[in-house]
Amino acid sequence: MKPVLVIGGGITGIQTSLDLANRGIKVHLIEKTSSIGGVMSQLDKTFPTNDCSMCILAPKMIECSRNENIKIHTMSEVIEIKGEAGDFKVKIIEHPRSVDVEKCTGCGICSEKCPIKVRSEYQSGTGYRKAIYLPFPQAVPLIATIDRTNCLWFSKEICRICEKFCPSKAINYDQVETISEIEVASIVLAQGAEAFNPEVLTEYGYGVYPNVVTSLEFERIMSATGPFNGQILRSSDKIKPKKIAFLQCIGSRDSRVGNSYCSSVCCMYAIKEAVIAQEHDPNLDTTIFFIDIRAFGKEFEDYYTQAEKGNKIRFIRSRISSIEEIPETKNLEISYESNGEIKKEIFDMIILSVGLEPPKELNNFSLSIDLKLNKYGFVQTENFSPVDTSLPGIYVAGVLSGPKDIPDSISQASAAAVRAASNLRIEYEETNYSIYQEKNVEDKIPRIGVFVCHCGTNIGSVVDVPSVVEYVKNLPNVIYAEENLFTCSQDTQKKIIHLIKEHELNRIVVASCSPRTHEALFQATLQEAGLNPYLFEMANIRDQCSWVHMHEHEKATQKAKDLVRMAISKARLLKPLTKPVTNVTQSALVIGGGISGITAALEIADQGYLVHLVEKEGELGGNFKKIKYLPSGDDPEKFLKNLKSQVSENKNIITHLNSKINSIFGYLGNFESVISKDKETTRIKHGVVIVATGGLEYKPKEYLYGTPGIITQLEFEELLSKSYKPESIVMIQCVGSRCEERSYCSRICCTGAISNALKAKELNPDSEIFILFKDIRTYGFKEDYYREAAEKGIIFIRYDDENKPEVSNDGKIKINVLDPVLKQKLVINPEVLVLSSAIIPQEDSKELSGILKVPLSKDGFFLEAHMKLRPLDFATEGIFLCGLAHAPKTIDECISQALGAAARSITILSKKEIETEGVIAIVDEKICCGCQLCLNVCEYNAIEIRNIEGKMRSHIIPEICKGCGVCAATCPSGAITIGHFTDDEILSQIKNAFKEVIA
Amino acid sequence: MTDFEPKIIGFLCNWCSYAGADLAGVSRFQYPPNMRQIRVMCSGRIHPSFILQAFKEGADGVLVAGCHTPNDCHYISGNFKTERRVAILKKLLEQLGLEPERLRLEWISASEGEKFSKTVLEMTNELRKLGPSPIKEE
Repeated sequence: MKPVLVIGGGITGIQTSLDLANRGIKVHLIEKTSSIGGVMSQLDKTFPTNDCSMCILAPKMIECSRNENIKIHTMSEVIEIKGEAGDFKVKIIEHPRSVDVEKCTGCGICSEKCPIKVRSEYQSGTGYRKAIYLPFPQAVPLIATIDRTNCLWFSKEICRICEKFCPSKAINYDQVETISEIEVASIVLAQGAEAFNPEVLTEYGYGVYPNVVTSLEFERIMSATGPFNGQILRSSDKIKPKKIAFLQCIGSRDSRVGNSYCSSVCCMYAIKEAVIAQEHDPNLDTTIFFIDIRAFGKEFEDYYTQAEKGNKIRFIRSRISSIEEIPETKNLEISYESNGEIKKEIFDMIILSVGLEPPKELNNFSLSIDLKLNKYGFVQTENFSPVDTSLPGIYVAGVLSGPKDIPDSISQASAAAVRAASNLRIEYEETNYSIYQEKNVEDKIPRIGVFVCHCGTNIGSVVDVPSVVEYVKNLPNVIYAEENLFTCSQDTQKKIIHLIKEHELNRIVVASCSPRTHEALFQATLQEAGLNPYLFEMANIRDQCSWVHMHEHEKATQKAKDLVRMAISKARLLKPLTKPVTNVTQSALVIGGGISGITAALEIADQGYLVHLVEKEGELGGNFKKIKYLPSGDDPEKFLKNLKSQVSENKNIITHLNSKINSIFGYLGNFESVISKDKETTRIKHGVVIVATGGLEYKPKEYLYGTPGIITQLEFEELLSKSYKPESIVMIQCVGSRCEERSYCSRICCTGAISNALKAKELNPDSEIFILFKDIRTYGFKEDYYREAAEKGIIFIRYDDENKPEVSNDGKIKINVLDPVLKQKLVINPEVLVLSSAIIPQEDSKELSGILKVPLSKDGFFLEAHMKLRPLDFATEGIFLCGLAHAPKTIDECISQALGAAARSITILSKKEIETEGVIAIVDEKICCGCQLCLNVCEYNAIEIRNIEGKMRSHIIPEICKGCGVCAATCPSGAITIGHFTDDEILSQIKNAFKEVIA
Repeated sequence: MTDFEPKIIGFLCNWCSYAGADLAGVSRFQYPPNMRQIRVMCSGRIHPSFILQAFKEGADGVLVAGCHTPNDCHYISGNFKTERRVAILKKLLEQLGLEPERLRLEWISASEGEKFSKTVLEMTNELRKLGPSPIKEE
């Protein structure tokens, strides 16, 4: 089976590689710099959860380096691609590191000794590195590189100091570039984007005024691993700024620089940077100057509201035309218009929210293979095939095809993985679970290693980490304890493995973030060191300590000590556990037959797995049936017709129309569901579930909806398709969105309204069209439609919550609205009033969430496992989601997510058997009296009664038990306990909660 | 009694309440540092003896937090069992001379970070008023 080539080692390329590798496909991952990680590795925090960016990225980077199916080529570039889908020949050039990768240990002594300082790319130029350097502490692989342009040996033939000091003799000045050729079946492009360089906009003085920085530079300035170790300082005088401003749309929505598109992410990252900067200094005065705030993603609007109302960040709607520096203070003056007045204001520091541009080398690369780019130079994709490029067998994901945020990039990454696999003839090898030899330490005296994480400044700025380490060193059985800047980084994993061997540690405690995100990473480290993964315990001193007691340093430190002591007390008692292996039912259940469900079902079926597609209505299509036009000109009706015929022709798809889900039981790889149609029920078995139940158009209670001539956008679209040509039209945006009842933005209504307005204008060029809006959120390339609408004479009038449009309808529609520019009330009498109403969750979401035992978000949409890095997974393994069930989104985004959910599903379906959780119930048959109380409380029928030497005793069926522990809490004789949560372990945590108690 | 700081042990189920507590963290909802949390897979795992042991070890209050009834429990019905156990335990606590308010049951979902922080804040304030637990091991 031929491998797949993934170009670009950012978060997108990493996710694509993992989704391919986890279904047994070999991957070559090409990265031009010396480490994978991309731009996400440079970010301090991520919106809207304020997660520490490196903390959530590092486990994925390490997973990538550990995966045997992924070959990472750093310092490498693709120089030639020949052949066709299924059979590409690719030439790769690997630039010399001048360091032997086999010998380098990443100790960093070389950089310490190197005399040459160079501006660091990782720090976006805000800090320095040496001529021989490790790009950042968590780099993967953690191997030094000599930058030959700046190295004294390569430029002047002197020095060679690194060679003298390298303890492992890894320096090799004679390395040359190597060119290799590989054969691959498909190629995924994920080279990312670049930040706009604002030097060309000389009016902002970037590069001249030291206190004008870009948003990426500010990201580094805020970071614990940044130039000032997490302190926000001005470059000019290293003093903390008291008043800062963000200027939005620098290099975006600006035709002067050729970037008329919106960069999609800058509003949110600016709000995030403003919020985080205030976390550093609660008295910081922060202003964001913007055109429209585009907080269109899942729970973004709440984040924006919280920033404005909670954090008191000032938002001023004004595009700033220039910055003047005050030479004496290096402060910065700007002028802006507010309420018709020109105001001047001085700031200590100004951050330019720079947009995204395609990578510079993309143009030449595209020419060399005849790849189609769009007019802005990003890789061209189509609405209905969002990850396919113009070349068969070559796919694209992430920001290379246009600006988007991390979750959207991740969805596309998974989507590209499944598309790339469609060119392979899949032959799977048997899964081999026990690649690591496990030492038997069960009866050994506990020798505990404790690692306490600073998490940059996330923990360290609140909790006194060194004192926690000192404290735990004195606890019994603790053989070794240390602090780490980031315990999750790859070099720390290596160190932990080394220390386990050196000190013969047999239990490990990590005090850092949440086991929900990081337990798996550390468990894999234990396995690599030959320890059973369950000999591990975490103390959550970040999410549940430093982040929630930010202003109580002493008490937070005491709590951290207590939590670590509790974890250590549990660790003393930990026992190795075995993961049961079960067979996988290699078929999928897809719930919902809209565009998302159909797409997911087709992709899974095409790759050889049986799919049950369940639709509650009598025909497939869902909301997509109501879509008549797309602003791109694509024909939705034709596309749907084609999809439906593909479904009916596909032998791997069983469609259940007019059907609903009655129940779903089981677990990863082994679900059993009951589907009902009229009074008949069908029982099906499947290995995974995809929730693609869609959403609904809100039927407005506002603005006299339902009275003659007042309709929704979908209803208007239907009329337009029947050649309705009104003379005058008013559209009102945010009807039922961004309001008290529903705080979220419905994401698609701005583009939807403009699309319908353009269609109406096309049908009747003389029609008069007004769009009343709060912010126009035509993100990405959709900005083109907004511009086109304005050019075609469609009139946009802004309203705010204090001055909502007033509507009356006595057979004649009358709308009163305040024109914010003229400061006058306008009266409009349109023929039709079109309400851009919200997208709301499907009515039966709550019921389905109960059946599946998966959560809903506060807005009623399904809640994924992690908003940033796991947008398509539920926390429960084997269940996935996509489309409007997740949150409002456009058709291409639904298709990306659906393909992505298919990719995630196939990582399970491709296996004949799979390991399940090792945390399950254990019966002590000597104590069990056979009363059978446990039988009644087990919801899974995982307990059976066996005759053991003539006595009836409970027995747990390991593959079925889910480890909830209800039986253990019920057993009157204390015969049942739960692995990793035994009575003794929990009791020792209780005993140690406030004081040291050694049982 | 103004400087009395209660000690609380919180039993949090992995799927809802522990996730809610993590969300309180990422959302930076601040609450008093009086609670020491113990993660269990399901609130239904919490044996009554764990709660009694917590009081015995000097806890002034115990929080049991799980998934909302009726449908949220990751293990179908563990939360119902918890509900019944806690109700009976409260009566038992009274007989032992402990105010039943010292034991609190809350349903906190994975999306309710704010509810989590409010719960700990409220509980801490109530226990401050109630004063130290009369049951403390010598």
